[in-house]
Amino acid sequence: MNEIEQFTKSEYKYGFSTDIEQEMAPKGLSEDTVRFISAKKNEPQWMLDYRLKAYRHWLTMKVPTWQNVHYPQIDFQDIYYYAAPKVKPKLNSLDEVDPELLDTFKKLGIPLEEQKLLANVAVDAVFDSVSVTTTFKEALKEKGVIFCSFSEAVREHSELIKQYMGSVVPYTDNYYAALNAAVFSDGSFVYIPKGVRCPMELSTYFRINAENTGQFERTLIIADDGAYVSYLEGCTAPKRDENQLHAAVVELITNENAEIKYSTVQNWYAGDENGKGGIYNFVTKRGICKGNNSKISWTQVETGSAITWKYPSCILKGDNSIGEFYSVAVTNNAQQADTGTKMIHLGRNTKSTIVSKGISAGRGNQTYRGLVKVSKAAENARNHSQCDSLLIGDKCGAHTFPYFEISNPSAKIEHEATTSKIGDDQLFYCQSRGISAEEAVSLIVNGYCKDVFKELPMEFAMEATKLLSISLEGSVG
Amino acid sequence: MLSIKNLHASIGGNEILKGISLEVKAGEVHAIMGPNGSGKSTLSKVLAGREEYEVTAGSVEYLGKNLLDFSPEDRAREGIFLAFQYPVEIPGVTNIMFLRTALNEIRKYHGKEPLEGPEFLKLVREKTKILDLDDSLLKRPVNEGFSGGEKKRNEIFQMAVLEPKLAILDETDSGLDIDALRAVSDGINKLKNKDNGIIMVTHYQRLLDYIVPDFVHVLLNGKIVKSGTRELALELEEKGYDWIREEQKEEVV
Repeated sequence: MNEIEQFTKSEYKYGFSTDIEQEMAPKGLSEDTVRFISAKKNEPQWMLDYRLKAYRHWLTMKVPTWQNVHYPQIDFQDIYYYAAPKVKPKLNSLDEVDPELLDTFKKLGIPLEEQKLLANVAVDAVFDSVSVTTTFKEALKEKGVIFCSFSEAVREHSELIKQYMGSVVPYTDNYYAALNAAVFSDGSFVYIPKGVRCPMELSTYFRINAENTGQFERTLIIADDGAYVSYLEGCTAPKRDENQLHAAVVELITNENAEIKYSTVQNWYAGDENGKGGIYNFVTKRGICKGNNSKISWTQVETGSAITWKYPSCILKGDNSIGEFYSVAVTNNAQQADTGTKMIHLGRNTKSTIVSKGISAGRGNQTYRGLVKVSKAAENARNHSQCDSLLIGDKCGAHTFPYFEISNPSAKIEHEATTSKIGDDQLFYCQSRGISAEEAVSLIVNGYCKDVFKELPMEFAMEATKLLSISLEGSVG
Repeated sequence: MLSIKNLHASIGGNEILKGISLEVKAGEVHAIMGPNGSGKSTLSKVLAGREEYEVTAGSVEYLGKNLLDFSPEDRAREGIFLAFQYPVEIPGVTNIMFLRTALNEIRKYHGKEPLEGPEFLKLVREKTKILDLDDSLLKRPVNEGFSGGEKKRNEIFQMAVLEPKLAILDETDSGLDIDALRAVSDGINKLKNKDNGIIMVTHYQRLLDYIVPDFVHVLLNGKIVKSGTRELALELEEKGYDWIREEQKEEVV
């Protein structure tokens, strides 16, 4: 009968778990947990104080409920806030990394070993709570680029951390940002010095392994005057029946004439076809174009997670600064996503572009939520927003909530939105040319996402294309 | 190559085809004519495998195989091509990407290696030349923003690249002005050869001025009620379909 009616499960390829000895904090959250994490990481007192302030503030906050997603209440006492592979205290080279762990990364297709690296990709791999290894560190050091785990940065680049951490996303920002600030376990830190164009793509791979663990990583990237960096994060998690919480914070800062390009390929475990298990991906990502003529560009391909809730945003403070947001989000089976962006225009002649491509299949439910704000002082602000939704089948949903707050009459704002459906007609047309329905969906979807994929670095664009086909596998009969 | 026997098909419980029989041999051109609602498009879609239609009786043999056993994509891979009456738009997918995917799927089915970029491009360029098409067509998204004429020419272009054994042209002449009609017909004539068969479904005789059929069949109420040659089409043009309806009534009486 109806071509697009039958939905079957597609196997999550990264669903294996690794049997590795873990060191964990006691379950639950208290000041003691926060102290435990801080002590584990040999943090200085100021860092612990910051965590405790955040924790105490978090206690005063309420779980936000305004987003268009539905899930049972999270029991924050039923989560492990720290899990680390039990290994030798300090790792100097890859040889010291637990072979079991290396094997996991191999299975994930992360080219951790330098010789196998795709040309010019430096990888920082975060396994549960700790950063395992950073490749290419030496090569970067020569240019003065700092690329290390967040914990290491706290210890070794404390001035930069003190200056910038929380400057874009303060712990008071929202519930999960406060939680993250209290218990963040690790993450990546990048500093590109003045005038340096980072010689390679930087990349972090996040993996949640341990059961009932929350992952709370922080990423902080600073591009100083005239610097440029392209950064990519990828994420996977094993299949588990319980939901796992991922509440990350990402802060980007560009000084004058600097540019940061931040790309995400998110493929956390999405739960099974009935919505059992999967990652709750509640993330705060924000960048500030601090200097004049600076630029921040977010590109995200969100195929995983049971629930995705995030709005990578740009504060366009410097004159002539540019913010971009390119997004492909897929919700299949019982997945839910409420995602979008905020573009806050403060400086003069600031420009922002939003291209959001939502794809809903199965009973997937998806919301685009975007804010374009032009302040009084932001003369000649420009924004172009394009929000498209693609529906596959008739049990999924797509919603678009664009908000505009314009306080300067010189602003030029354009908004376009479309909703389309992969229809039986399109599928039959492809089939009548010898293309199977499955292949046709992949072809049509990739055509639809082209404007976003072209923003991704080449090899990641290919990965994204593949991921998309896998996520939508079985979405037609 | 194609043998349809007593084919019945319905959609949503409504019987549209009520016992069609038709033989098509390699090298032959058959025209199927008939008034609106007679079942012409349904016949095309049933042959191509559109799943909304349920075949309730009869058989279709194609090159010695039971066509009805095949999925739509396998029918295409076996050499059946349907030129759509309303070609479908696929935004963001370029014509060349679409055709390459299609051709390589067909090749894979026959155990052949996929055609790589340069080889494929060469083939495609040859075909655009034969059909006198502009190369810019290749980079445009499939049918998106095409004029009616461009869409129809694009169908024939796809046919040229995929080289089917049996082409079914569903009202390929509709919506075309005289120049476009001539261009499309020229293309079809160039692709016609002694090894392939063509079924043309049309309302109007004028297409047959350009592509001369070997046989003309009149479809009425889900049945082929009259078959003949070119002359039959001319007679229809002159007299309409009513006289055939009358003949039918008389026969029933």
